[in-house]
Amino acid sequence: MRRIVPLVAAFAAAAALSASALAGDAAEESVPMSHGRQFDEQGGAEIFRDVCAACHQADARGAVGAAAYPALAGDKELASADFVLSVLFKGLRAMPPLGTMMSDQQAADVVNYLRTHFGNSYADAVTAAQAGEARRAAAP
Amino acid sequence: MSDAATPALSRRRLIELVGASLGGAGAYQVMTRLGFASESPYRGPIRLDGDPKGASVIVLGAGLAGMTAAIGLERAGYRVSVLEYNDRPGGRNWTIRGGDVFTELGGASQTCAFDAGLYFNPGPWRIPYHHYAILDYCRRFGVALEPFVQLNHNAYLHSTTAFGGKPQRIRDVKADFDGGVAELLAKATRKGALDEDVSAEDREILLEALRSLGALDKGFRYRAGEYLAYHRGYAKDPGGGLGAEPAAGEPIGLDDILTSRLWRGLENFAYYDFQTTMMQPVGGMGRIGEAFARQIPGRIRYRAKVVAVRQDETGVSVAFEDLANGGAAREARADWCVCALPLSILSQLPINVSEPMKAAIDAVPYASVVKFGLQFSRRFWEEDEHIFGGISYTDLPIRQISYPSANLNAGGKGVLLGGYTWDGPNAYEFTAMSPAERVRRAVEFGAQIHPQYAEEFENGVSVAWHRVPFTLGCAGEWSDEARTAHYNDLCQIDGRIVLAGEHASYIPAWQEGAILSALDAIGRLHKRVVAT
Repeated sequence: MRRIVPLVAAFAAAAALSASALAGDAAEESVPMSHGRQFDEQGGAEIFRDVCAACHQADARGAVGAAAYPALAGDKELASADFVLSVLFKGLRAMPPLGTMMSDQQAADVVNYLRTHFGNSYADAVTAAQAGEARRAAAP
Repeated sequence: MSDAATPALSRRRLIELVGASLGGAGAYQVMTRLGFASESPYRGPIRLDGDPKGASVIVLGAGLAGMTAAIGLERAGYRVSVLEYNDRPGGRNWTIRGGDVFTELGGASQTCAFDAGLYFNPGPWRIPYHHYAILDYCRRFGVALEPFVQLNHNAYLHSTTAFGGKPQRIRDVKADFDGGVAELLAKATRKGALDEDVSAEDREILLEALRSLGALDKGFRYRAGEYLAYHRGYAKDPGGGLGAEPAAGEPIGLDDILTSRLWRGLENFAYYDFQTTMMQPVGGMGRIGEAFARQIPGRIRYRAKVVAVRQDETGVSVAFEDLANGGAAREARADWCVCALPLSILSQLPINVSEPMKAAIDAVPYASVVKFGLQFSRRFWEEDEHIFGGISYTDLPIRQISYPSANLNAGGKGVLLGGYTWDGPNAYEFTAMSPAERVRRAVEFGAQIHPQYAEEFENGVSVAWHRVPFTLGCAGEWSDEARTAHYNDLCQIDGRIVLAGEHASYIPAWQEGAILSALDAIGRLHKRVVAT
């Protein structure tokens, strides 16, 4: 962080940043936040925006640092809905099992949203009942 | 800790039973006998006797675990080199000061606008007195410490759904909870309801203790008056001269305390990890990482992104990208490797270790944590509310507000920890926002506790740990099942590779765990090297 950029460059970057931050402010909706240990968001779009996008980013293109969050946009791994449900309830490597903070319906909704957006178009929607099965299968 | 079938849990059950029947002291005696609650495993500076005969070690990651390993091994005669992704030492040991630029995953940058001398610790921020290893390193490496105020009776407990959203002083909630419970218990005792459990002799002692610790009056009641004021203070404090007589306040009824759930906040002052005395480095937690790095000058190569780790019969090759030179591909080789990368990073790298170790590397999810540093034009919490250090706890998404422990009563500007959210939906929701929106929301929430926010807020930064490029998460979160299945496999020396870090400890997310893990790893590694 410190010493990454020479001072002049840092100032330029900061100036550019505040401009983009301002633009971002205008565009960014003030979203409601959950009240308990379960996500309050309803519907795939809301859940993706407030949960998945934290790591995989709002455009689902992922991000790269010392390691990476994989892009979910145009992601062939999403072909298997069972796999996606399993990741949601079991986690995968460092990814926490976020489905444990969602209802079966919420889990199904976000999986269906993801598999039909961001360049993904898989027609086989999952049901809340399938999500429930995946949840039980993942329980230790 | 462990599952039902293991002896550890039956020991725990035994302790609970003893605790329930004998009280805390009895439980402590049993715990000591069974080997819990004993002293820290830290036994002073590590001694690695025996000649490594010029062996080389490559250390991955210049956080506290990596640097602990590098310092210990170099002093024992190894040729040591360290690869670090960042352009600074410390890893999660990190302080943000005015002028610092932080770019998170996704590309959003923040330039910290704090005034000179003000800072914010986005990672570790307090050190318990029983973390002997890190305290010893601070003493030996010249890192000045000062008290960190964990419990401030005058800070607040706040719930949006209790007392009309009005924050309550910790002192009042604690005194009134203790007093209300003591009164109830005294009543039951005097009615004889506990006669089967308390001997006649102990009965009188118990009543005496309840009166003393609950601030009960002579009739064993918790009522406004002289005794209550001993714990709760006054509605009007005693003064000097005419009209100086104090007035005791009215307690909050036990019923209101219970239904408010504010008592939940009190557990933060009971936890072993949070008991006094806690400490912090003067000038920011990052002073520790800087001091460690000064012990191994020239040994750390910064801006080196490890992309593969490969061991063979004679050594370990580490492929990395030289980020200072456009990501040019480089390779480093050594006889041995101490890998102190977070598992969130390591689990994505090609590394040829045994199946059990690879399974362990893949078994640990990383916590979602968000913190905020907010600068205000004056220290209104001290000037208006007489809060000097300490933490207010709330059920708002920010969860807590911590007041600076340094420069008390000095006036001028100050930086609050404006929120510290650990896991749960709110941590992810904050992370998904832009940094500017996060700070805006933290200010909006905090203003419900301190209305002065509206006038006095100047600028702020936020760090959402899942968007931190060098960790992709805050700390390893072992489940009991995963620890039982994988922890020992994670800590083995695998050929020429050994892992270190808070994730390879039973003190996860604490710097002490990182250091103790590294000391254990190099101790075992050295034995193996000397034996070969």
